[in-house]
Amino acid sequence: MITRSKIFALTTVGVAVLAMSACTRSRPEADDGVVTPPPSTQPTGPTAPSGPVTADPMGPAQPGSVRDFVATAGDRIYFELDSYQVSPEAGQRLATQAQWLQRYPNVAVRIEGNADERGTREYNLALGARRAEAVRQYLVERGVAPNRINTISYGKERPIATGGGEDAWARNRNAHTAIVSGAPQ
Amino acid sequence: MRLNRLLAGVAVASLTPLIAQAQTPPPPATSGPPVEVEISEGVLRPYQIAIAPFSGPNGSQISEVISGNLRRSGFFEPINPASFIETGLTVQNQPNFPLWTNIGAQAVLYGSAEQGPDGRTRVGFRLYDPYRQCQLVGFSFTATGENWRRVAHKISDVVYQRLTGEPGYFDTRVVFTIEGGEGEDRTSRLAIMDQDGYSPTPLSQDSNELILTPRFSSNSNEITYVALGPDYSRIYLLNLNTGRRESLGEFEGQLLAPRFSPDGSKIAFSIIRGGNTDVYVMDLRSRQLSRLTSDPGIDTSPSFSPDGSQLVFTSDRSGTARLYVMRSDGSGQRPISRGGGSYTAPAWSPSGNLIAFTKQQGGRFHIGVMDSGGGGERILSSSYFEEGPSWAPNGRYIMFARQERGGGTRLWTVDVTGRVVGQAAYAGSAGDPSWSPLLDPPPANLGLGQSPDSCPS
Repeated sequence: MITRSKIFALTTVGVAVLAMSACTRSRPEADDGVVTPPPSTQPTGPTAPSGPVTADPMGPAQPGSVRDFVATAGDRIYFELDSYQVSPEAGQRLATQAQWLQRYPNVAVRIEGNADERGTREYNLALGARRAEAVRQYLVERGVAPNRINTISYGKERPIATGGGEDAWARNRNAHTAIVSGAPQ
Repeated sequence: MRLNRLLAGVAVASLTPLIAQAQTPPPPATSGPPVEVEISEGVLRPYQIAIAPFSGPNGSQISEVISGNLRRSGFFEPINPASFIETGLTVQNQPNFPLWTNIGAQAVLYGSAEQGPDGRTRVGFRLYDPYRQCQLVGFSFTATGENWRRVAHKISDVVYQRLTGEPGYFDTRVVFTIEGGEGEDRTSRLAIMDQDGYSPTPLSQDSNELILTPRFSSNSNEITYVALGPDYSRIYLLNLNTGRRESLGEFEGQLLAPRFSPDGSKIAFSIIRGGNTDVYVMDLRSRQLSRLTSDPGIDTSPSFSPDGSQLVFTSDRSGTARLYVMRSDGSGQRPISRGGGSYTAPAWSPSGNLIAFTKQQGGRFHIGVMDSGGGGERILSSSYFEEGPSWAPNGRYIMFARQERGGGTRLWTVDVTGRVVGQAAYAGSAGDPSWSPLLDPPPANLGLGQSPDSCPS
């Protein structure tokens, strides 16, 4: 099975993927078997210098922003196969989430439970709901008001990783803490 | 030997009065007849049928649709029309029988389409047994010209019933989801098509809303399904005739897995509350909600027995997902599945004696059937991933979704013997099929002494 260190590595990847999600969302969809050809990798010539290029240092995320939440707490925890038990590593992340949420009491979150593709649709919706509920209870026990937390299960319908392999399945067994209001991006 | 067995089986079917069969339809191949496709060596010898091009408007297309239907059933092998010796058959004349036995035809079908004075098209057809030199059935359907496909499906049903002794299933439609995108950008749209894959038509717009698990009601005009949005999950009822869409209502908790009761008066479904999933039933007229399960395990995917008195569902209350049966008021809950692995997504057969399911075992997924009491389990199909069996109305075929590793999902069919398995006629990326009932009741006056049938009894 998956070792703890591997899970930690996976969570790190999950954060990186989320940070890049703005790029992945704009990817054209391959619909009804119509395959979009990959962009050409052939060099098309040098880029013409059309104007000055300025450089600025990028500071840390604005405190209290969604980006700050993702960077300091991490917004996704991962689960073992067919399990909704919060591991010690995931518990540490949730404790940090709870601290962050107590610091910014106007923020409301939605816990989204997810499952891998190795299960049938309805059972996986039920399983994802158990994962979302496990996270909700964890946050409530650490002082986050219940009325700031909604839950939903996406089952296997919203995978963050594609491809049929253990790595993708492990990443897709997760609960995502999404900030829905009370914080800038 | 196998061919003889097939012929013997069909001969018996021909001799049996179909009126009696219509009253007590034979169980779909559990133990009793028809045994002619239970071929242990794995070699299927389908019934050789000659389908001559029909004359008149859309005549040859009607023949092609019938041919495709019968071929996909696995029971029939339509003979290539290029090998026909006798051509130009008309419904007024008998075929020249030896010219058909010469090419190995065990049955000959031909017909004609004629436009009547009212503008409607009458399609007459005759089915002959060239060995016994007699007519098995003669019939006609009348419809508006653009409905020629439905007429072809109805003729297919008559031929199928006359030669197999089982009710047909071709005049049906399938609701399903058209899948697109991948990862977090996945889309899943509601769609409908004819059973043979013709005219797939989206019924919902592409949006952030994922459409899941559509199911037909028993009247084939209404469907129910789940719409899963970013922050909601709703059950909708959609009338296919009027296009009217209605939400089942707003509930505390997340909704999933809606199914009509056989009489259409109720919806069984699941509500997730506090992470716990239970089965409920709602009366559609009174809007009264009843809770049927209350244990802390997952209880979902309910499916009514055809008489409405019981439900089968999946539950992991014992630690792994198994199938359970309960009475329609929730009493008498008991497990029925006996094997290892996990059992989910059950579907009670239209004949009532079988339950189809999805099973996960040994790193693979399987579609199987068991008796409604849980015995006699048989795996019909296995692959990397498959799920969601839905029965054809005659209880002989099951449609399901199969996903390749790292690839897309397609619709497949398998018969209850597991020998006729293949990709369904719709080739695109699709999931969650639900098979409609027959769009019309089959002709009642079909069979010996009812329609012209000269074969000796």
